[in-house]
Amino acid sequence: MNTTDTLIPYIGVVTEIRNDTPDVKTFRIEAPQGGKVFEHMPGQCAMLSIPGVGEAMFSITSSPTNTEFMEFSIKKCGHLTDWLHEMEVGQQITLRGPYGNAFPVETELKGKDLLFISGGIGLAPLRSVINYVRDKRSNYGKVDIIYGSRSKEDLVDYDEIMNEWKNSQDIAVHLTIDRPQEGWDGHVGFVPDFVRELAPSNSMTALVCGPPVMIKFTLAALKDLGFSESQVYTTMELRMKCGVGKCGRCNIGDKYVCKDGPVFRFDQLSRLPEEY
Amino acid sequence: MLRISIDRLNELFDAAAEKQTLYIPVDREDGGAEYKKYEKGMKLSRSLNTVRSAKDFFFPQTEDLMEFRVDKKNIEVKDIRSEAEDFVIFGVKACDVRSFSILDKVYLSDPVDSFYKNRRNHGVVISMACTHPAETCFCTAFGIDPLSPEGDAVCRMDNDYLYISALTDKGNAFIEQISHLFEDSSETEEEFGSKYRDIFSRLPLAGLSTDAFGGDKLDEYFNSDKWGELSESCIGCGTCTFVCPTCQCYDIKDFDTGNGIKRFRCWDSCMYSDFTKMAHGNPRLTQLERFRQRFMHKLVYFPACNNGEFGCVGCGRCLARCPVSMNIVKVMKDLEVKK
Repeated sequence: MNTTDTLIPYIGVVTEIRNDTPDVKTFRIEAPQGGKVFEHMPGQCAMLSIPGVGEAMFSITSSPTNTEFMEFSIKKCGHLTDWLHEMEVGQQITLRGPYGNAFPVETELKGKDLLFISGGIGLAPLRSVINYVRDKRSNYGKVDIIYGSRSKEDLVDYDEIMNEWKNSQDIAVHLTIDRPQEGWDGHVGFVPDFVRELAPSNSMTALVCGPPVMIKFTLAALKDLGFSESQVYTTMELRMKCGVGKCGRCNIGDKYVCKDGPVFRFDQLSRLPEEY
Repeated sequence: MLRISIDRLNELFDAAAEKQTLYIPVDREDGGAEYKKYEKGMKLSRSLNTVRSAKDFFFPQTEDLMEFRVDKKNIEVKDIRSEAEDFVIFGVKACDVRSFSILDKVYLSDPVDSFYKNRRNHGVVISMACTHPAETCFCTAFGIDPLSPEGDAVCRMDNDYLYISALTDKGNAFIEQISHLFEDSSETEEEFGSKYRDIFSRLPLAGLSTDAFGGDKLDEYFNSDKWGELSESCIGCGTCTFVCPTCQCYDIKDFDTGNGIKRFRCWDSCMYSDFTKMAHGNPRLTQLERFRQRFMHKLVYFPACNNGEFGCVGCGRCLARCPVSMNIVKVMKDLEVKK
């Protein structure tokens, strides 16, 4: 048959592996002949697979402005991710996508002051947006990043944050860790409390991603600061198999997270049944 | 309409089966009926009420998607798709024919599922007006006329004759192949229908109404306190899902054949406990939530996404097969918020 089918994947090659944290690795993936396997927009995802082990959806953490490769930051937390963490450079995997909508970087977010709030591995999808915004800096207003993790070692992309983001004149980076630790003179405390302390202007547009409990309390903090639900975006995670709204797994209400999401504004989410 | 004496049905099947693979519903020893590949002498089931729906023809219970050859660090993807053979499904009832258009809305919407479309392109659906409904039938509640089914060609059968008329080019082509067997008849579709119409108004579920349901009813029903009692008896066996002609959820799995990896898909059920289970948790932890998902999807979510069309065709299979006698009719009657 000469038609393509989205379920039939492409081949990608792991060309670099970065140990970000004790349980997060970032994998650089290129096409076998070099270059990106496909194009995407910030917030979109891809189905990665090791044949015989499984296939799962991961957010693409690199920015589409990167023309050479894609990156995936993956936390070791299950069957497939255990295997992915065992990979070496040169290993081939399969990937398909891009799936889902994206953060509206060329529409709703354009010209806005942006507030990125993230916890732990939740930085993975936001990093794509942050680097996109950095590369097209004049299209956006003020940029604030609030990022927290359990410990200093658990901050994903720490080198890039310290060496590139922190050194950008027009980006403010606020880091926090859950508990005090030797060698850390930065802020200590949970992300939602840090948000309240920093009290960002409610004229900003917030992009929030992290563990469900962090998202819940951060949204509450933002609401107290005067943010409306339509000013806050997040990206969701549900079990997926097909990636195109057919296998039924990620259905919530009249939405399929894989194709109608994963990016939602909270005013859209609040109209859905609370099953995420 | 064209007609053929029912004494000569096997001549019709023999002629059709010569041109392409033909499936007809036949009676099983246990009293149920099932679609079988036609072989000389097989008798058409008169009840037409197959235990399994006809969805297998387009969305089989298991299906190979692709193969992989893995050699150390290298992977080769093998596209194993091939053009399906032409086939005819004969005697599909109105409810099951409607289920195909519901499956189409899922599998033929962008991006098209090529596995499904391949079979759909090569399958010819010859429907059969329903004259022997079961007590569990309620297709009319979903706006289906059991006496005028959709399909490529429609048959109507009484004690003497089988009448046939084409609805599509595919249906015309099917009749053309075997046109020498038919004679013209003055019987009209209306005349035929009027002889059987009464049966349907006397069915036990004839009064069932879908008025209280639809795409805008999330708030009315999602938090209803009825779900607890309704779902209490559900054992999560998934029988309702498997016999349902419109349930279309699937799983994708890999299988090591010893000579490479095969990736296949198979039917799955939102009623199963691991359907939504992820490494970080499960958003539907209880059977109540999983039970609710299946019925909310058919009665609210699917209509919300498909211009009001429900994800149920009233075939009654779940009523006949659920081991604890729970079903969509009970759910509708219990939930219904009367205006």
